[in-house]
Amino acid sequence: MSYLKPSFRHPELPVNDLGYTKKNYEGAISTLCAGCGHDSISGAIVQAIFELSIAPHNVAKMSGIGCSSKTPTYFLGNSHGFNSVHGRMPSVATGANMANRDMIYVGVSGDGDTASIGMGQFTHAVRRNLNMMYIVENNGCYGLTKGQDSATSDIGSKSKKGEPNPFEPIDLASMALQLGATFVARSFSGDKEQLVPLIKAAISHQGFAFIDVVSPCVTFNNNPGSTKGYEHVRDHLAATGTVDFVPMKEEITTSYHPGTSQEVTLHDGSVVHLHKADDKLDIHSRRSALGLIKDYKANDQILTGLLYMDPDSRELHETIETSNKALRSLGEADLCPGNNVLKNINESLR
Amino acid sequence: MSKVDNITSVNDLVIKFANVNGTGSASANNMFAKAIFRMGLSVSPKNIFPSNIQGLPTWYEVRVSDKGYLGRRGGIDIMVCVNPQSMAKDIQEVSPGGYFIYDNTKPLDLRLLRNDITFIGLPLTKICLDEYKDARQRQLFKNVIYVGALAALINIEFDVLTGLIADQFKGKEKLIAPNIHAMELGFQYAQENIQCPLGVTLERRDNLGEKILIDGNTACGLGAVYGGATMAGWYPITPSTSVVEGFEKYCKRLRIDPGTGKKNYAIVQAEDELAAIGMVIGANWNGARAFTATSGPGISLMSEFLGLAYFAEIPTVLIDVQRSGPSTGMPTRTQQSDVMACAYASHGDTKHVLVFPSTPKECFDMTAEAFDLADHLQTPIIMLTDLDLGMNDNMSDPLEWDDKREYNRGKVFNAEQLEEMSEKFGRYLDVDGDGIPYRTYPGTHPTKGSFFTRGTSRDEYAVYTEDGSEYVKNMERLLHKWETAKGLVPKPEIINCEGGSSVGILHFGTSADATREASDYLAESGITVDTCRIRAFPFNQEIEDFVANHETVFVVEQNRDAQMRSLLVNDCDIDPKHLIPVLNYDGMPITARYIQEKVESHISGAKVTPLRSKTNKK
Ligand SMILES: Cc1ncc(C[n+]2csc(CCOP(=O)(O)OP(=O)(O)O)c2C)c(N)n1
Ligand code: SF4
Repeated sequence: MSYLKPSFRHPELPVNDLGYTKKNYEGAISTLCAGCGHDSISGAIVQAIFELSIAPHNVAKMSGIGCSSKTPTYFLGNSHGFNSVHGRMPSVATGANMANRDMIYVGVSGDGDTASIGMGQFTHAVRRNLNMMYIVENNGCYGLTKGQDSATSDIGSKSKKGEPNPFEPIDLASMALQLGATFVARSFSGDKEQLVPLIKAAISHQGFAFIDVVSPCVTFNNNPGSTKGYEHVRDHLAATGTVDFVPMKEEITTSYHPGTSQEVTLHDGSVVHLHKADDKLDIHSRRSALGLIKDYKANDQILTGLLYMDPDSRELHETIETSNKALRSLGEADLCPGNNVLKNINESLR
Repeated sequence: MSKVDNITSVNDLVIKFANVNGTGSASANNMFAKAIFRMGLSVSPKNIFPSNIQGLPTWYEVRVSDKGYLGRRGGIDIMVCVNPQSMAKDIQEVSPGGYFIYDNTKPLDLRLLRNDITFIGLPLTKICLDEYKDARQRQLFKNVIYVGALAALINIEFDVLTGLIADQFKGKEKLIAPNIHAMELGFQYAQENIQCPLGVTLERRDNLGEKILIDGNTACGLGAVYGGATMAGWYPITPSTSVVEGFEKYCKRLRIDPGTGKKNYAIVQAEDELAAIGMVIGANWNGARAFTATSGPGISLMSEFLGLAYFAEIPTVLIDVQRSGPSTGMPTRTQQSDVMACAYASHGDTKHVLVFPSTPKECFDMTAEAFDLADHLQTPIIMLTDLDLGMNDNMSDPLEWDDKREYNRGKVFNAEQLEEMSEKFGRYLDVDGDGIPYRTYPGTHPTKGSFFTRGTSRDEYAVYTEDGSEYVKNMERLLHKWETAKGLVPKPEIINCEGGSSVGILHFGTSADATREASDYLAESGITVDTCRIRAFPFNQEIEDFVANHETVFVVEQNRDAQMRSLLVNDCDIDPKHLIPVLNYDGMPITARYIQEKVESHISGAKVTPLRSKTNKK
């Protein structure tokens, strides 16, 4: 069941540069389990896009199938959304993006959706550097089909049934790094302070921006022994530091101590400030990120924050040199060569 | 030369080349066929190639017919054998009275000789060894030399050949003279050593009018350019690959933005067919025209997505160039065996609009129209061609485009229309009573017209629901749309013989040429038939009437299980007994003789049953 929220608006709600309030960015009321990590992520997406002052209808919400993939219904009610088939959101997003490069593509997927049935499409979207933000709401289990282990579930992690998972997990952030993703981050659904600026940076990034968000499933995987439950994750989090995102139009005033902060300028001139807790991380080095993820993991910790970013990223349209105009905006006059050209073609076929 | 009762004919011949795959014979063989075409003669060449890149036997069969028959005739008048590997079999294939032309640099194995055909030796290897030092040249020119020899043997105009060489090497002028020289070597050898011409000869005619020679896949690719496709997502598979290659070739020429030099199109080679169709669906959803091309195995993989496109009502254009299945079957042989898989692709109650072209011109027209149809109906349109039409050069009427024509983008509300709307936009509302709802492109209006696209059940406002009555309403509307489609899809081509007959033949796609020829032969033997070429599914009323109006109806198709017949039975509720299958599925295009035999034997068999004794007359 799904229903819409009342549209009552408090007159003094804060507005963004477009004059929109946060309400303009909300969706239908969530039907997920109360306390599901996925809902917090929806909230962070709303917050980030509101703060970025992006008109909701300029965003396309793409997803596959699963509890996580249902969430686009619960944010940005004025955006078009697309629940595709299980695991195959990246291809639909690719086509949509090819048709209109002027929109912003927000993809939401689950760990089941991405790390198993959708692994092929995920890797190829990374490889092509498709211009989109791709969030995996990672709960280490299949929520919608009631709690089976997923491919990101840690070895030994216990699901609600109590059975320890016997298999090695797939670490999607490491994979994305190895595949050449140009923006890789990890976060936790319960850490809005970190997640919101990460989403803002990811959306501003030109190319494939991947965020792996640990998002506990309260119903099937939040029990003692699970490594993706709230308690475990809170106890084992370690962040690369805090992240600030400064949009291009604002004056950059943030201060930071050299040596403990890093500043990354995005394509459009926006700036990401990374206040590092771990000064071993070099944000421009895949190797550094991969190594650190491993080191933390070895110490039973989950490293979160922005892990890698390539400021010179070339997104798919640039690589294949498509028109600067949205392809869908081209009309018959641009597209159809007409009968005279056809006459010449006929001539060449005789 | 032995004394055999040689076949004699003018402009009526089947010649087959037995080559080694990957040795450059394809361009020489093409030149041969095109020379005949340029002599104003009706020609129909067919590649018969293995599923392999190099080294294995490959054949090229060319039919010339003064009557303009383009299907396969059956029987070989001249075999040109350049591949010793397949020689024993190739000799057996020649019709009595025919000719076997071979490389006699090495003597022929006497055990292979037949005394009812004529053996003609051309020392191809020796000529090349004497003439060329470079190994690759020796191999390449061997092919040109036999074309030259054939010019002498069957009277191909030499000027036509030299003209073709000039065309082929435009921009690489240095290659023209050596190629002409090689051709002369073959020509001279034949003239000096063999009694020319043979009994089978060619004479210039002026039969072709404006006809062109093009393969169906290229015509589809060009149709996609003219139809306004801006996006193709695809994954390579024989025999469909050249559809997207054709699209790309013409896009590179015709679709570059003059200001920026950038592409007014995007082609993405997907990681597999699942992704290819997903991209196409995504692009169409977002307001561009997009298509993919594939063959049987790809259809299997695309099925889940096709169900989504059907249920969520997203225009999608898919070109299926059929080959022999099931599974990998005979990947380089032709068939019409994806009819069922395409008609009902995906799970649940799903059915798709299919169109069946028979000629390159129809490949062009129907591809362009498929985009209009898909947008209009908001559903997948699957075009079924096959390897025979797709990968072989086919004679065709010239391609035409009406410059006054405008794309039909279907029912799409734009920002102004949404702005003016006082009522709520309902994505799946049947506003006009034809079963086709209105859509909006993403990003159209800040607050109106957005909706959620999903494969799960929803109400008319695109809100998720599992309410059974809402689901049924939606499914019923889809059926209503299906009825609307009947009036929009291409109509059948019906040919009634004089006075009409009680015998009808239903056929589609590449069975058309053979059916037309078969009906001529049948008429000669006293059996007149009416023919109906099916051009689309859902079936138009005319097809149902055709079946009802004929006592005996044959359904000609190139698959084992009579798939089109099943579709007719299923969709039109026809008594299966009324439809007699004529099935060929050996991977080679169906022949007129085969159809003729099947029809004749059924009718003569039926004559012993008093009830059906009148099949011959009305
Ligand atoms: C082809 C196909 N296979 C299986 C399913 C069933 N299915 C629906 S959701 C899902 C798993 C979802 O898990 P995940 O992506 O982790 O999302 P979560 O529900 O945990 O958020 C599966 C297997 C399906 N819809 N389609
Ligand atoms: S089952 Fe788990 S993942 Fe799904 S909504 Fe409930 S808590 Fe969230």
